[in-house]
Amino acid sequence: MNGDRDKILARIREGLSVPAPLHHEMPARAGQSAQEPAFRAWLPAVGASQEEQMALFAKQSDLLRTEFVTCADVRAAAAHVAGLAAAHGWKKLAFHPGALTGALVPHLPTDLEQMRVEEGYDKLALEACDAGLTECEFLVAQTGSVCVTARSSGGRTLSVLPPHHLVIASRDQLVADLSSAYQGLNAKYGAALPSFISFISGPSRTGDIERILVLGAHGPKKLTVLVVG
Amino acid sequence: MSTTQNQFHRDAERTTADVPRRAFLRKALRGYEVKRDETKATFTDWQKARNVAANIKYDGVNHLDRYLLEFEEKFTARGGKVFWASNSAQAREYILQLARDRGVRSIIKSKAMTSEEIHLNDALESEGYHVVESDLGEFIQQLKHEPPYHFVFPCMHLKRDEISALFEKELGSAPTDSPEELTMIARAFMRRQYIDADMGISGGNFLVAETGMVSITENEGNARLTTGLPRIHVALVGIEKVLPKLSDLALFLPMLATAGTGQHMTCYNSMFGGARQPGETDGPEEFHVVLLDNHRTRLLADAEQRDALGCIRCGACLNVCPIFKNIGGHAYGTTYQGPIGSVITPHFRGLQDWKHLSGASSLCGACTDACPVKIDIHHHLLHNRRNAVDQKPVWWEKIVWFGYVQTMTRPWFLRLANKLAPLAQKLHPLVLGGLFDPVRNWTKTRDFPEVAEESFHDWWAKRKEQSK
Ligand code: SF4
Repeated sequence: MNGDRDKILARIREGLSVPAPLHHEMPARAGQSAQEPAFRAWLPAVGASQEEQMALFAKQSDLLRTEFVTCADVRAAAAHVAGLAAAHGWKKLAFHPGALTGALVPHLPTDLEQMRVEEGYDKLALEACDAGLTECEFLVAQTGSVCVTARSSGGRTLSVLPPHHLVIASRDQLVADLSSAYQGLNAKYGAALPSFISFISGPSRTGDIERILVLGAHGPKKLTVLVVG
Repeated sequence: MSTTQNQFHRDAERTTADVPRRAFLRKALRGYEVKRDETKATFTDWQKARNVAANIKYDGVNHLDRYLLEFEEKFTARGGKVFWASNSAQAREYILQLARDRGVRSIIKSKAMTSEEIHLNDALESEGYHVVESDLGEFIQQLKHEPPYHFVFPCMHLKRDEISALFEKELGSAPTDSPEELTMIARAFMRRQYIDADMGISGGNFLVAETGMVSITENEGNARLTTGLPRIHVALVGIEKVLPKLSDLALFLPMLATAGTGQHMTCYNSMFGGARQPGETDGPEEFHVVLLDNHRTRLLADAEQRDALGCIRCGACLNVCPIFKNIGGHAYGTTYQGPIGSVITPHFRGLQDWKHLSGASSLCGACTDACPVKIDIHHHLLHNRRNAVDQKPVWWEKIVWFGYVQTMTRPWFLRLANKLAPLAQKLHPLVLGGLFDPVRNWTKTRDFPEVAEESFHDWWAKRKEQSK
């Protein structure tokens, strides 16, 4: 049972039998070659070198109210997390098993309880956590976004349910723009893309009441990005 | 006059009389405009970007059958279920039946204008389901039992004290004048709802044909929770929302954010391809997409206005519209307000009943300039006016035009009319504002312009005479 599929398609085809006039110019579609990602020529400019891109990511993070920290190694990142935990009185931190997360959590203070988010985890327990630690696919310089997927970041909710989202990434995960991120996802997964891909740009926010910015509408009130290496 | 037109006149008159509210709205809308312009300026070439976006939408809409089939094939291959709904009733019934079959009790929703369009909440609630809107603005409107005021900013017309009073009454919270505290009240209330809900209903900003994905743009994180926690996810999306390729989003996500709210990127832009896949930690067990026609094919069949299907519902045209600024969102009486609403509503719900919206425009073209996908909005308002008259001429307009032609084609008649006009104006006070005042709509709020005692023709002749 798929409803009025054939009827709707028939109506569409009948409608399309009359061609539509053009109300705009038709520039050639860019980015057909694999080297030059589409749309780069028109979107906000991004520097070519990694330093420039890292500086842009830092600037965008600032505008978005993301806390952006570069750490010498995973141990230093763990020290930063421990500092946050002490400052905010965290009791419990959730994380998913991964190379970077797995390397970080052993260095956390022992009085910070840890919850491993794996298949069949308890949603209420996750909701009670003070922070969620995840890895990501990419950091996007152009927009200051963190690209997470169901594969890389412990599913769909670990990065949105706890009030503080911590992301740990290595320096080489930084890409120039959204086009490069999509290219990267294609290269990594091919046709078997994860069922959930999200670009996170700053902590959750709303301006629904009198246009006044409030952070932490439903998702995390804080976002910290830790870059190691 | 149709009842919808009566309602429009009555409501527009009432809302324009509310001067403080108008000032409040204007200030908010101006704020969006300023921020949008700042962000636009960071684009290397915004105008080119608009052309490319329009181009991609043109491709999508003009090959809609092909892209929808591609979407269906890819989406189904990932375990999703597609339902094609011709109209509101079919879409509602599918979702209701699904809820019945799966033993659903509690439903959480993230913002979906399509759900407003088909009055889904009423249908679900009348069958006893517990339904909560999770977007803050939508939640406030739900508590107020009012439709959204603006399709991007649902409660932009409300002040904090009104929202505080509403929360106090409906949720028993303590009064506050802090937007932050108000937001936290809603946040605390909603947390349990996400976890308890068996079904999450969302809309969709884009349907990606290439990968069979639904892309959802939001700031609050409520859509992510709605689509991540419940065991069933239903996305209710208009058939026109297709984008050919996943990477097209690299253009559309920044443009939607810029045009809509002046952000570089909306906080969460998420693409959903199927329910939870093998090897993934969580996510719903089932993912259904309801593709909604509901007369979109009628708009598609109008080749001249087909580009209006490319609308990405950014709301930019509302924010700059002098009519919206003055009458506000509710006066329209439609799901989609503002210039784009005035263009598409006559196609969705009948030209004769909704043609008055296309009349209520100064045709300044600010909407067309603002539109990120270059929809020819203000010309379409003219097209609707023309089509409405072609379909059903208005008798008194015909008389007026007949009189005009008679006057303008006979110089002696025009001269006579010029002579009589000042006299007629002297007599005007006798009928002023009454039933027999031919210009009473004008004189209700303004003075009628004074008629010249002497015509230009006479003045010119006299001047020539004198200079001889
Ligand atoms: S018509 Fe254009 S400006 Fe208006 S909401 Fe749609 S995309 Fe935005």
